[in-house]
Amino acid sequence: MNKNLIASALLACALPLPLLAQQKSAADGIAEYRAMLADGNPAELFEAKGEALWKQKRGPKNASLEQCDLGQGPGVVKGVFVTLPRYFKDTGRVQDLESRLVSCMEMLQGFNGAEIAKTPFGRGEQNNVTALATWIAAESKGMRFALPQEHAQEKRMYAIGERAFFYRAGAHDFSCASCHGEEGKRIRLQDLPQLTKNPGDGVGFAAWPAYRVSNGQMWSMQLRLNDCFRQQRFPYPGFGSDLTIALSTYMGVNAKGAESVAPAIKR
Amino acid sequence: MKTFKKLAFTATALAVAAIGVGCATGPSPAELDREALQVIRGAFRDEGIVKVTRLDQDAANEACSKALGKEPPPEVVKAIEAANLKTIKPPSDGKYLGDWKLGEAIAQSGRGMTWTDDAKTVNGGNCYNCHQISKQEISFGTIGPSLYNYGKLRGVTDPNSPASMPIVEYTWGKLWNARAYNACSQMPRVGHMGILDETQLRHVMALLLDPKSPVNQ
Repeated sequence: MNKNLIASALLACALPLPLLAQQKSAADGIAEYRAMLADGNPAELFEAKGEALWKQKRGPKNASLEQCDLGQGPGVVKGVFVTLPRYFKDTGRVQDLESRLVSCMEMLQGFNGAEIAKTPFGRGEQNNVTALATWIAAESKGMRFALPQEHAQEKRMYAIGERAFFYRAGAHDFSCASCHGEEGKRIRLQDLPQLTKNPGDGVGFAAWPAYRVSNGQMWSMQLRLNDCFRQQRFPYPGFGSDLTIALSTYMGVNAKGAESVAPAIKR
Repeated sequence: MKTFKKLAFTATALAVAAIGVGCATGPSPAELDREALQVIRGAFRDEGIVKVTRLDQDAANEACSKALGKEPPPEVVKAIEAANLKTIKPPSDGKYLGDWKLGEAIAQSGRGMTWTDDAKTVNGGNCYNCHQISKQEISFGTIGPSLYNYGKLRGVTDPNSPASMPIVEYTWGKLWNARAYNACSQMPRVGHMGILDETQLRHVMALLLDPKSPVNQ
């Protein structure tokens, strides 16, 4: 027993040094790779497309989105991203950027919002929502998160989001907190932001939408959450469902003061 | 009693709302628990092999979720561990160890049970996602403790010896159902939930405990 203890103590001293060096260089390598990529973030293409879509007359009503109210009044784009999700009186719901964009496409342009919500990511109008979200997020780059929590519905969504974040189920008993409940953890070599508090500038909620180099796709927050649930071995979450908005409210409020770098670039 | 309390609270809440007083009293934690469940249930649909029944919680998941990242009360912890301990099934033929090489492949694989897998996908153990295991694999996660030298550190020189039996049985139990020993462990209940079968578990056991495994070099 004692021998084992001594052995493990010795190992604890002997092991981490070379290992740490190895890990450090791997993490450094990834950081360098990201810096290199950020030079030409393909998200810019989606930004340009999103900006054009905002101004373009489209849909059954042949109207642009320029009168869309994202929370700071019709047409205001700058700064809205760091205050979403928030409560909207006209829909009577707390909405994130993407669900709000769909509401605007419905109200102003005459699109069928339910149809867009059902469209798989990366197809048809869903692709346009992602481009719009990318541009609108980019318009708040460098600003700090400050979600409103005055309305009763906003507080309620935060409380529900917190409960959903810790909801464990499925074949693997996972919840969001399984990966994002502690500081300084990794899955394989991937650093995991702790999302129960402000994880710092430009990480977690403050990094999405993001362009993913590994699959060449632009990922919105809705898609980020969708794939988290897939990996959690959960069933399929509805686009713009109250659950996904509650989780975004929880993460966004926790990220208060964090600087937004969205649209970021990811491996 | 509980129902009565809930009713009484709802009545009070309604009364407050009716008078239109801008009182700061929001929904109670119990009401929010209920609403959160409705929101979660209402958000998901079946996709591929994953059905919405995956959202069903057993007593352990319910209690651990409710604790919001903290420990449930001690008596609940005790009950969860006791109930989960009862689920552990020792290997049907009494053989605990298989082939560490196959165990390494299972530890590397993170496949299975998502909606992009099909029913024929052979499940992996997801082990390296959270644990350091062999020294050769530098791409490992840190959510779980390092398992490098797992058997060696525990003095296992012959896994078949009676002296090794307690640690061999414990390791099988931990893999089968981690919650037998730690009520809200983050580790999947690999055997209990049918993630790996008995044969696969034996191989992972060998990876951890076979003195010839790279884990114990």
